[in-house]
Amino acid sequence: MADEPVITVKNLTASYGDAVILKDISFTVNRGEIFVILGGSGCGKSTLLKHLIGLYPPAEGDVLIDGEDLTTSIGEDRQRILRRFGVSYQSGALFGSMTLSQNVELPLEEWTSLPADAREAIAWMKLSLVGLEEYGGHLPSEVSGGMQKRAAIARAMALDPAVLFLDEPSAGLDPITSAELDALILRLRETLGVTFVIVTHELASIYAVADRVIMLDKRTKGIIAEGPPQELRDHSEDEFVRKFFHREAE
Amino acid sequence: MTEDARVLEVSGEAGRSRLTFSGRLDAESVAGVWEEALRAAGEGAEVDAAGVEYCDASGVALLHELQRKGAKVSGQNGETAKLLKVFAEAKREAQSETEKPMSTLEWLGRTGAELASDLRDQLTFLGQMAVTYLAILRHPKAMRWTDMWIVFEKAGVQALVVVSLISFLTGLIMAFQAAPPLEQFGVDLFVVNLVALAMLRELGPLMTAIVLAGRSGSAFAAEIGTMKVNEEINALTTMGLDPVKFLAAPRVMAGILLTPVLTIYSDLMGVGGGLFVMLMKGFPIITLWRQLVSAVGVNDVMAGIIKAFLFGALVAGIGCLRGLQTKSGSTAVGVSTTRSVVSGIFLIVLVDAVFAVVYYAIGF
Repeated sequence: MADEPVITVKNLTASYGDAVILKDISFTVNRGEIFVILGGSGCGKSTLLKHLIGLYPPAEGDVLIDGEDLTTSIGEDRQRILRRFGVSYQSGALFGSMTLSQNVELPLEEWTSLPADAREAIAWMKLSLVGLEEYGGHLPSEVSGGMQKRAAIARAMALDPAVLFLDEPSAGLDPITSAELDALILRLRETLGVTFVIVTHELASIYAVADRVIMLDKRTKGIIAEGPPQELRDHSEDEFVRKFFHREAE
Repeated sequence: MTEDARVLEVSGEAGRSRLTFSGRLDAESVAGVWEEALRAAGEGAEVDAAGVEYCDASGVALLHELQRKGAKVSGQNGETAKLLKVFAEAKREAQSETEKPMSTLEWLGRTGAELASDLRDQLTFLGQMAVTYLAILRHPKAMRWTDMWIVFEKAGVQALVVVSLISFLTGLIMAFQAAPPLEQFGVDLFVVNLVALAMLRELGPLMTAIVLAGRSGSAFAAEIGTMKVNEEINALTTMGLDPVKFLAAPRVMAGILLTPVLTIYSDLMGVGGGLFVMLMKGFPIITLWRQLVSAVGVNDVMAGIIKAFLFGALVAGIGCLRGLQTKSGSTAVGVSTTRSVVSGIFLIVLVDAVFAVVYYAIGF
């Protein structure tokens, strides 16, 4: 895999008021990589994700997407950067009043001049990529939690983004559905060359899909481990990291 | 349209046309040629995608649509070919089935069935409430009295300002509108009779109930509806608690008790509005008071208050029922809220009409 950085985080400090959550962290995500952010509860995984996708401005530091700084960009420049990635939220965050197909069509309707039947065809394609081609006419409330998550991924892919951010994609799913989602992530990377940034602490999913992980730590407010998950599990010198990967109590 | 000309060239005759794509097939260029390409293609058409340098989902969608129309696509690169193969194997039927327009007969049938089902739900709820209150009569501690007082405060005390304003202004407007025509006959003092009787017998209870339907009935529906969406109602049920007794009984009881109190307050404010206009017109207060006392009797006051009990039960009950009927999804709560206000006001007016006929018939 070529080491071409698509996301570069430089000396990022994240805080809510005076409470510092993450301090001076730096890392890169390479194109085509499946990159996992993990750590214990309350270590700042979701906070980091929200900084990466531009929902929160960093207290200090920069987030570069394809070399362009998301944190300082405004107006059309920011919109252009935002369109390079898609986000699937933990709850799916599908619009309840729209069908799955309409959810996927929404970004196409807003950002392209494609005619309605073209948008419908693309939405169908995206839904079929996640195995939901027969559910386009259903409302989110009419499908299962796993289907909602897959539909959210289809919506996130609507504009052919280079990067997909997934927040806890396997949370609350049964092992089979979770494994199917892992297979989907691998298939999308293979067929579309999408880069994935995934926030999760589901070990089975991490081993199944991750090329590289970073582990955040609540005590140091920084990154305590970085590398392929199997390597960290077997060779990490940090006791917390080893315990995390072996599911041992502290 | 030079960009369109660059990505698509159409040659050949109708039925044997040849479409040659080149350059970048992205959302922008595909939007410009989508209709032209689909129009030109058909059974037997040939599509040459060898010159395509870049093809995103829009481009793949266009090539896929052309394939569905019977065109033969060739020359596409490996990635595009792989995606086209994936989509060619998938079925594409389900979506349009749900968009079939409904016939008038089907619409009538569905609407009738929905109305019948709603009526059944209302009767069931009425029965459940009756059973619940009978149980509470036997065991008063079974009622959540604290909840009832909280609702009483939120729906009653906090509604005083809006009830004051609406009732006072209603009385004032009536007096302003009635005074000039009555003045022509020299009986403008009878404005007091008009305002007092209208407020006490009709407008006091009616305005109060409408304010409660908009303010509190909708709040009940939204609150209980959100609980339904969040599965809190299921949690109550599995804990062995009856949602009707737990949620609806205190709210309906508060509605029954507070509506007459608010109605009396509304009557006073409305009559006050009318008297204020008359005072401005120079009538002495003692004259107005005597006219008022001679115009209204206890039956006029009671006529409004009796209605108010039922209006309170209707507004609170329909709010709770609509909340409990909430379906899933974020829009469901909004639908329940709207339905609670619309059905609440409709039922208030309907019951008021029944009261008008009954009062007339019995000479009350």
